[in-house]
Amino acid sequence: MTLSTTNSDAPTPEYQATAKKLGLSHMWVGFVAFAAAIPMGLYQVAERSNLFASLESREVYYASVTTHGVLMAYVLSTFFIMGFGYFAALHSLKQNVWSPLFSWAGFVIALVGTVMAAVPLLLGQASVMYTFYPPEMAVTPFYLGAALLFIGSWFWCVDMIVGMMQWRRANPGMAVPLVMFGTTINALLWLWTSMGATLEVLLQILPMQFGWVDTIDPGLARTFFSWTLHAIVYFWLFPAYIAMYAIMPRESGGKLFSDELARVAFVMLFIFSVPIGFHHLYMDPQQAAGWKLLHMFGTFMVAVPTFITGFTILATLEISGRLRGGKGLFGWIAKIRWNNPMTLAAMLSMLMLTAGGFGGVINASYSMNALIHNTQWITGHFHLIFGGTSVIMYFAVAYWAWPRITGRRLASTRMALWQLWLWFWGMLLTTLPWHVLGLLGQPRRVDTLPYGEELNALWNPHEVVMFSGAVMLTVSAVLFIIVLVRSHFSERLPEVPEVVFATAIHQPLRVPHLLNSLAFWNWAMLVYMLASYGYPLLQFAFIGTPQSIPFGFGE
Amino acid sequence: MAFHIDKLEKRWIFMVAGFVLMAWGIQIYYAVQGWHPPSNVEVIDSAQLHLATGVGGDEFSEQNIGVKRDADGQLIVTMVAARYGFYPQEIELPQGEAFKIRIASFDVLHGIYVPLTNLNLMLVPGYVSEATTMLNNLGDYPMLCHEFCGMGHAYMFGNVKIVPQDEFKL
Ligand code: HEM
Ligand SMILES: [Cu+2]
Ligand SMILES: [Cu+2]
Repeated sequence: MTLSTTNSDAPTPEYQATAKKLGLSHMWVGFVAFAAAIPMGLYQVAERSNLFASLESREVYYASVTTHGVLMAYVLSTFFIMGFGYFAALHSLKQNVWSPLFSWAGFVIALVGTVMAAVPLLLGQASVMYTFYPPEMAVTPFYLGAALLFIGSWFWCVDMIVGMMQWRRANPGMAVPLVMFGTTINALLWLWTSMGATLEVLLQILPMQFGWVDTIDPGLARTFFSWTLHAIVYFWLFPAYIAMYAIMPRESGGKLFSDELARVAFVMLFIFSVPIGFHHLYMDPQQAAGWKLLHMFGTFMVAVPTFITGFTILATLEISGRLRGGKGLFGWIAKIRWNNPMTLAAMLSMLMLTAGGFGGVINASYSMNALIHNTQWITGHFHLIFGGTSVIMYFAVAYWAWPRITGRRLASTRMALWQLWLWFWGMLLTTLPWHVLGLLGQPRRVDTLPYGEELNALWNPHEVVMFSGAVMLTVSAVLFIIVLVRSHFSERLPEVPEVVFATAIHQPLRVPHLLNSLAFWNWAMLVYMLASYGYPLLQFAFIGTPQSIPFGFGE
Repeated sequence: MAFHIDKLEKRWIFMVAGFVLMAWGIQIYYAVQGWHPPSNVEVIDSAQLHLATGVGGDEFSEQNIGVKRDADGQLIVTMVAARYGFYPQEIELPQGEAFKIRIASFDVLHGIYVPLTNLNLMLVPGYVSEATTMLNNLGDYPMLCHEFCGMGHAYMFGNVKIVPQDEFKL
């Protein structure tokens, strides 16, 4: 396969220049946050394991876990998604943002918010975990910073939605490019998702921080946060799926199995992922069993788009393997382009999704959840799905995008491949023991394990395996940063590789209106949200909970 | 503009639908048998647990916590969670007998979890958490806090001793 290229003498269209600048700035902020958070992860693994007595410090530990969590869950994810979103959107639509000033304003606001939150985090004035459940309170700048990060990300959401609307007006009746359709749905998903935590901060936390009210209802706060906490995971996962559907097929030398079904999966991921946050509250006293059961039904629906994605991606990989001469039932597997970072990452990501999905079924279970709620199993689960499945695709996107941004050769494809394999094995070696530790009763978010020799004897062997995995992950992260930095100084390519997205075997020019427009689904979401969160939120107006006063976390 | 869907895809979607229905079925099966997560939506004045004046009366006052039998002979465990411990700090329970635990937080979010069992509850200030379960293996177990509650969180645990039924007395 040869890369199609643009003629380097022709002037670069403006949208391409903007896409590169916005893409690169956002993604670098994300990856710097990632690089800063990695050593904290390694430190945490060592500290909490009881294997290294000299490290013990609970103040440092909880400051570190909170910072690591915030950097990974909010900063890396949000900035990467915005950067990739801009890059993909502008190239697929071949049109510029409606106002570059507006886009950059969003970037600056989000960046200022990040710095504003990072200072108290690093000073240990905000060690409340990335979930910041009241009535334990951090200092005000932490909440203001987080709010600014959210607000900045909404600028991006607006840009995606406006971009799609402009394009549809200019191309009436035509199918919005798949990559854009997915990106815009993710923007809409994020607007809906971020609203829960936003309401919590606006209605409950900031009024208390500013002294307008003296008390708070932690049950209401947890209900608001559950609205954000589940769907945010799909916000993180979405770009990974988009890359698999819209970039990987071409990179692997094949074609996407189905464009329409990809759109169906995107729409389902949107509808099914937001109104189901109660599986985070199964063990909580402030919501009734019936509502939990209802959310359980919705939670399992997410299996549908997930399985569709698994099917389409594997079918796509099979097509590419067969096009490259693979024969027989399994012969195609050997012929896949294992030496292409995007293809390799998609394969490894799918494997981690499969393992993580099994765990997710337990988490989602109405009664089995009691076995693992708030144990180390949970930490294992989300590192596998988020740190593994999603982030490995972030790496692959970077490897794919960097030459297209810098016009230089990827510094070392070999190192990139090593990096991906190391991340995969490191992730398995870290998270599988965490799952076991959770089943063996180890709680999450603890800086030490003082629960007796018997339990420690049970846990220690797994701690050792987990530690070796964490070291592999750290090495892999270092390799990733090295490859990216070196790719800014490597040999200039004769021509900048073009940004082209994959086409499907049956590439549709037009698709049914419902798979080309978001208005209907937005209304559907409103109805579903009212049905699943309406009463559970409204009940707090009349059950008469005696309110709680705020507490610090350091007493 | 016809929606194109492959035969293989159709078959796959039927399988996935089957999976979801099966998962729902298993969940409903256990729910019908009475396996519900703790969900009693009962409010209490967390700041006044030690007084008899707040919402919920003096159920959680110092003289009332601990292990008791109610009028029907059911074992009731009444506990308070407060930074950084459970009160009472030690309880004794008979092996294999169902008990009802009622527990409330005095200050911030906590949790209570007995490793290797399904005794796992969130404790949210303002609410009473309640569950009915039993512990089947003899010996001492930590009852530990599994929700971050402040700097002493990891050290917040009590002890539950499971004894044979004939050795258990109140
Ligand atoms: C070298 C790689 C990594 C290591 C060794 C590591 C390790 C850890 C550890 C030990 C914790 C604390 C768990 C606890 O006390 O319960 C933690 C928390 C967390 N990690 Fe990582 N991690 C790594 C990479 C990542 C990545 C790539 C992500 C996501 C992109 C991530 C996201 C998180 C989040 C969101 C938390 C917060 C958990 C909480 O508050 O309960 N981590 N990590
Ligand atoms: Cu969730
Ligand atoms: Cu605690």
